[in-house]
Formats: sequence, structure tokens, C-alpha cells
Amino acid sequence: MVRINIDSKEVEANGESTLLELARKNGIEIPTLCHHQAVTPYGACRLCLVEIKKEDETKLVASCTYPVREDGITVLTQSPKVNRVRKMILEFLLARCPEVEIIQEMSAEMGIKQSRFILYDNDDCILCGLCARVCEEIIGKSAVSFTDRGPDRKVSTPFNEPSEECVGCTACAFVCPTGAIKVEEWDEIRFIEKWNTEIPLQKCAKCDMLYTPANTPGYILSKMQLPENLLRLCEKCRRKSVAESLSNYDVTSKNVIIKK
Amino acid sequence: MKKIKSPAELEKLRETLVSQNNTDKPWVTICCGTGCSASGALDVVSSFEKAIKEKNLDIDITTKVTGCHGFCEQGPLVVINPGNIFYCKVKYEDVEEIIKETLLEKKLIDRLLYVDPLSQEKVKTEDEVTFYKKQLRLLLGNNGMIDPTDLYDYLGIGGYGALNKVLQEMTPRQVIEEIKNSGLRGRGGAGFPTGIKWESSYKAEGDLKYVICNADEGDPGCFQDRSILEGNPHSVLEGMIIGAYAVDSGQGYIYVRNEYPLAVKNFSTAIEKARDYGLLGENILGSSFSFDVKICRGGGAFVCGESSALIASIEGKAGEPRDKYIHATEKGLHDKPTVLNNVKTWATVPLIIEKSAEWFSNIGTEKSKGTMIFSLTGKVNNTGLVEVPMGITLKELVFEIGGGIPGGKNIKAVQTGGPSGGCIPEKLLDLPLDYEKLIEAGSMMGSGGMIVMDENTCVVDLARYFLSFTQDESCGKCIPCREGGKQMLSILNNITQGKGQEKDLDLIREIASVMKDGSLCALGTMAPNPVLTTLQYFPDEYLAHIRDKKCPAGVCQALIEYFIDQEACNGCGRCLKVCPSEAITGHKEEPHELDQDKCIKCGACTEVCRHEAILVK
Ligand SMILES: Cc1cc2nc3c(=O)[nH]c(=O)nc-3n(C[C@H](O)[C@H](O)[C@H](O)COP(=O)(O)O)c2cc1C
Ligand code: FES
Repeated sequence: MVRINIDSKEVEANGESTLLELARKNGIEIPTLCHHQAVTPYGACRLCLVEIKKEDETKLVASCTYPVREDGITVLTQSPKVNRVRKMILEFLLARCPEVEIIQEMSAEMGIKQSRFILYDNDDCILCGLCARVCEEIIGKSAVSFTDRGPDRKVSTPFNEPSEECVGCTACAFVCPTGAIKVEEWDEIRFIEKWNTEIPLQKCAKCDMLYTPANTPGYILSKMQLPENLLRLCEKCRRKSVAESLSNYDVTSKNVIIKK
Repeated sequence: MKKIKSPAELEKLRETLVSQNNTDKPWVTICCGTGCSASGALDVVSSFEKAIKEKNLDIDITTKVTGCHGFCEQGPLVVINPGNIFYCKVKYEDVEEIIKETLLEKKLIDRLLYVDPLSQEKVKTEDEVTFYKKQLRLLLGNNGMIDPTDLYDYLGIGGYGALNKVLQEMTPRQVIEEIKNSGLRGRGGAGFPTGIKWESSYKAEGDLKYVICNADEGDPGCFQDRSILEGNPHSVLEGMIIGAYAVDSGQGYIYVRNEYPLAVKNFSTAIEKARDYGLLGENILGSSFSFDVKICRGGGAFVCGESSALIASIEGKAGEPRDKYIHATEKGLHDKPTVLNNVKTWATVPLIIEKSAEWFSNIGTEKSKGTMIFSLTGKVNNTGLVEVPMGITLKELVFEIGGGIPGGKNIKAVQTGGPSGGCIPEKLLDLPLDYEKLIEAGSMMGSGGMIVMDENTCVVDLARYFLSFTQDESCGKCIPCREGGKQMLSILNNITQGKGQEKDLDLIREIASVMKDGSLCALGTMAPNPVLTTLQYFPDEYLAHIRDKKCPAGVCQALIEYFIDQEACNGCGRCLKVCPSEAITGHKEEPHELDQDKCIKCGACTEVCRHEAILVK
């Protein structure tokens, strides 16, 4: 059994694999930007750094990747050392994307009024990589990934060409912590500017409303092996059609019987 | 040829090879490492071959094409035995004369002898060259003795004897104990004890285990690993086989940058030959132990030398580091227990097994054992690869082996440990070179880069240069390294342009501490070292840039002006002719004038002036 002391609270691990997970389960909040429970931890933003003490050694580690397996270690999530690093990381980010709300909020929380650093290219993308991980691990597509390295690093489609892989699901925009991935729709088109990609929208087979990117249903169906016509309708029509077919059943009975 | 099926068979083959070696017969070694090849060594080889074929010489000469001898600056190098005669900068045309005069008539050719830069005396033998005299060439020495493509050559100097010993007499545990007792520490940078690393992997559970040789060698100016792979590939391979035996690994990889074609070629040949002879592959030397090695060619990114990035790269993923809270020895390549060591580390292993841990641990200092190879470059007379016992002082290295600073200039500092090492000032030249002492001085051993700087080097510019290298070569994954490095670099750029403020220096220190504490990998934690050490040892130079808007070394373009010394200028007109911006005017044989407004500070005038009449202030 692994017992860990986090901010003077004795907690017991119960299958959690990382320090971050364990802390959050026990109501101890640690700020993160590149973490999402649905995908593999990445350890890039370093906001989740905590100070751990084992034997006589203390060091800073990323709680999102640090494994829970040593009994008796002590963890400080707000030590002066941790706060000093966290604060400057936010100052860096504030200089990178001064208009992003979550960065402003987190900075204000740490008492930062203004960044001492110079603004570079005012890029809202903080390169947390969540979009790329979601696309690869959840959607199974890898339509976008990191390109270049060092100061030139970005996330993009291959060669920044319109993506052939993208199914237009916009899971990337959903997980993006800073709102850097903007999705617009017009003229039967869904447009994701950051990926330089346009996806045609599809009409509902019943009501003709534009309701989904054309290649999403097919992809979902093939992945999940669902009946073919399931996603041909918009959400509203689908609900309606389910309700209609249900009206053929006596749903109040315990043993569903088909009404004659 | 047939597979060798037992240790005894290998011994027998070696005895035959040694007995065939006729040391009285003249033999000529021609260095064909990458350096010497670039300066024409291959022509020298063909000239020898031609002469031997055509001339019907009444003398039987053996020529041997070897790997790098480390003194590339003087190449192509030719050593003639018996006699150990050392000729440098040999050309195609010299060969006929060498055969006639030296080999047949036993006379020296004066013009081909090496001239000692300090005493100005000519040196006859390789052993007497000051560059080599103080070295202890345990790893590099054999480069000059063997043809790297000839397995028999390696066997002839005792090669694969260590493997034989291990298979015959030692259990894996005993091998690990021997390496632990020797005190060998990793030569790739961090200096982690090799035996302990092996032990962790030995103890880790796993049906499959890997060993990897790190030959990424990304430090600019370093070519130690390349030289060993080119000149003595079997020594590395033998080390890997022994390591694999110790940790029970069946598969090894060598990750080598594709910019090292000769290293790749010679190592591939070594693998093939070793397989043919049963030294690699199934049932090595008839034992139950099987192991093979694959070559994995890297794209040459500096960050791919970092262990977790390298492993990702072998797996076909992007070469970026990850947190290593679970060590590779437990979960490395394909999540299997993995031992990763540097080329030099692997090449040292057979020596320790052959000669004993005790022998090895008697070389070096208390905590740093054995030898280290430095790549000595910069403002120093003798440049090249230098292998010395740990604990030698910087002064001995620079002034005895390196032959001092050219042009009678003063030494200012030495950058050790590559671009993320530190800058050690002249006052610390008595520093003994070992892992701990270098870290205490704010630097590190790294992979043995050593750049000597004279008084004309600006340390602020130097720090800026190294930081821009590490920034460009970083992966860009974590924020402290990427954003911190970018901001620190922009502050340094400002300072070198005279736009710095004193409070910037505190901000630099603050960023540095965040990079050190917060970065994901050692690239980010070490990148501030050149900045921090120059700030520590040369604070006045930073202040001169900030307060007085002056670059004392006369390097930072924005802060210097060129003048013509009216007394010294004799109006020869050379500067006037090369000035690209027509800033220099004047009549022949009258002192010239330089118009500051037009001057673009390119320095072309300084280079052509023969009267030291161009002043930089
Ligand atoms: C940015 C970076 C670059 C590195 N490059 C190399 C390299 O080119 N060669 C090398 O052997 N080790 C390199 N290392 C060190 C490796 O991560 C690792 O510690 C080493 O290869 C382990 O072998 P050793 O124990 O034999 O030294 C690098 C480390 C970092 C952080
Ligand atoms: S959440 Fe751990 S590094 Fe970003």
C-alpha cells in the first residue's frame, strides 16, 4: 500500500497512477494546462510541478507524469520553490498570449499583474499538444501534430496543407485550453483556420438542416460498427424518429411487448 | 571463413595471427579518418599503392589505412615503422620521396616533420610530439594501429579477448560487479555509474531487454565518438556484447547520426564480420548466449542525444524527451528494460574486463576513474582529440598538450562540456578535470567539448551564441526551456546591442533558476550554464556592455567603432580596396580616413591591414 503526504494531508493511493490524479481525488487542486484525463499525460506545461521529498532529497517533479509508487514520500503543491516556477511560467505565457482568458485568470490568481517579458508573436497556442493527443488517441486520426522544433515549434497538419485526415469532429477545439482553435461554419462548410482545413457539411436526410461535417458519420460508424442509417439524421430528427418507433412499444411494462 | 565455435578456437586463431605479425617488416600507417580524408589522405593511400605496384620495389612494405589519430589539424598523417617516424601534412606528391628516402635509405624528410609550436623544433617520432606525449590513449591509441575494417587486426591486438574471458570465466553478476568496482562512469555527459545502471536493468523484470549505444554526438566540434566508431568499431561492439551478456539482452541498437557516413560504414562492416565469425548472433562463440545489433541512423538533432528522445526516435516517434521518473533500465525502448550508454563508455568496457577493475580504478581521481577524451579546439596551437587521465589540469591540457595560445595572446577562458557546459576563467586553470570539479565550477564534463578562448573573445557574445544554439536545437516541448530560453536570449541580444539595463542581469538569473528547476530534460536545465558562468566570472564585462555601452573585447558590432591610426597607416590602400561600403578614403602613401557613418563594421579592413593601423574601440 502506498501512503503519501500531500500538503500535510495523509492520503492513500487506490489505483491512481500519478500524483496529480491522487491529489485531485483527495480534493487538492494543482493547476494544469497540458493535462486532460482522457489522454496520456505529456508533461509539457510544467505548471503542475510539485516539490517532493524522499529520504533527504527534495526535487521538483511534474505531478501529471510522476508515478504513485513510493510509500512515505512528502509532496508540497504550493511550496515557495513551486510557486516561483509556476509564477514565471505564467509570466512567460502572459507574454505569449496576453489575451487568453484562462492565462489571465491563472496569472491573476498568482498575483501577476503584468508580465516582465516581451511579447513575441501573440500566439494563443501554448503548444500543450492536447489537440494532437486527442486526435491521435481518442479519434484515432493524427490529423495534426507538432512540427519543427525549438522556438519554431507549432501544431499543424502535414506541411500546413488542408488535412485529408481531418473528419471535422472538432474534438481538438473542445480540449484546447486557450481557445486557439477556432471553428467557423458558413455556406455548407465547416472551417478550422488553424488547420487550414474546410470540411463540407451534410444535410439531415429528413429536414435538410446542415447538421454534421460530411465525413464524420461515416468515420464514427466504421469505428463503432453501428448500423449505417443511424447518423443520417440531425439530432432533432433522430430523437423524433426514436420517439416514433418507441411509440410502438409499451414502455411502461416490465417485459416490453410489441403492441399489436 | 567459418564461424568460431568456442573460446579456445578464438584463442588459437589469435595466436596464429600474432605469430604471423612480423614487426621488423616496414609498415606505413596512413590516417584516413574523416579529418585526414578531407585533407587528401585517400590520395596519399592511392599514391602508395601505385608506387608499390609499379615500382617493383626491392623492399616489402605493408600499408595500413587507419582511423583517426586525433591530430586532424596536421593531416594527412603518415607514421612509418619501425622507427615511429611521424610525417604530417603529407601530399600525393610526397609519397615517392617517402619511399625512396625514408623507407629505402632510412633518411628523414625534413619538410614533412612536425614543428613544435613552442620550441620551434622539428620532431621526429610520433611519441615525441608534445600533443601526444602527455596523453594516455587507452581508447584512441589503437586507432593508429589497426585497419578498422579488418577483424584480424583487432584480434591481433587482443580484441575480443575480454568477451572470451567473460564467456569462459564470468557470470553476468560478476561482470556487473567488475564494472561497478572499476568506478566507470558514463562518458555521454551525466557521468552516471555504469555498473549501477547495468545492475538496475539486470534486476528489472522482462523477457526482452535492450542495450543501446548512443552515437548521436550532437555537441558542435566534438568528434570523439565518430573517431572511435571509424577507427576501432569492434571495441564498441565488443563492449556492447559484454554489456548485453551482463544484463541478458538479446538485441542491441546503435543510434548514430547520418552525418557520420564513414562511422556507419565501418560499424556496419564490423557487425557483418563479427556475425560471420560467430562473435555476434546466435550462440556466440558456441555458448548459449545470443545477441545481435542493429544500426539506427538519426537525423542529427542535438536533442535526440538525450536518452528518452533517442529511444523515442528509435521507436519511430518524434525525437523529444519525456519525464524519466521511471528509468529506462526499467521501462525503456518499447517499454522494456534498456541500458543506454555512450560510445566511449562501451569502448572502455573490454579494457576493464581485460585488465581488471583495479587497474582501471588506479587511473584518474577519487570519484572519476579512467581517461576522458576531450575535443580541444579554439584559440590553441594544437587542436584535436586529446585522451588524458581524469584529474589532469586545464592548464596542462591547454599549455602542454595544446601548445599554448597562438599569436602570443593571453588566454581568457575555456568553455568545457559543449554548448550547455560552462565557461571557466583563466584564474581557474589549475582546476583538475573530473566530473565533480567541473560541476563545482558551474560547468560539466558533457561529452568532452573544450573550446579555448583568447583575450579577443567577448564572453557576453559567447553566452549568447551558445544559448541560441541550445534554443534552436531544443525540442520546444516544455515551457521553461522554450519560453525561458527565448526570453533570456532576447535579453542577451539587447545587451550585446547596448540596449541592456542593469536589472536585466537579475532577470537573467531568475529565468535561469526557473529553467533549471522546471525544465523537462537536461537540455533546458543545462542551457543557462554558459550564461550563468560568464555572469559569475566576468560580471564587469556585462556591466561594460550595459553601463558604458562598450564591448571590451571589441566583438559586439553595435558597440564598437573602427578607427585608422594616423601614425601607423602608411596609405598602402589595401583597406580602401576591400571596404565594401566605401567608408575609407585617402590618397596613396598618406594616412587614410574612415567615415563612421558609412562604416558597416564588417572588419574586412582589419584583416588586410599589415601595419596594425586599424583600431577597434
Ligand atoms: C540535450 C542532450 C543531448 C545529449 N546528447 C548526447 C550525445 O550526443 N551522446 C551521448 O552519449 N549522450 C548524450 N546525452 C546524454 C544522454 O542523455 C545519456 O545520459 C547518455 O547517453 C548515457 O550514457 P552514459 O551513461 O554512457 O554517459 C545528451 C543529453 C542531453 C540532455
Ligand atoms: S499538466 Fe503536468 S506538465 Fe502540464
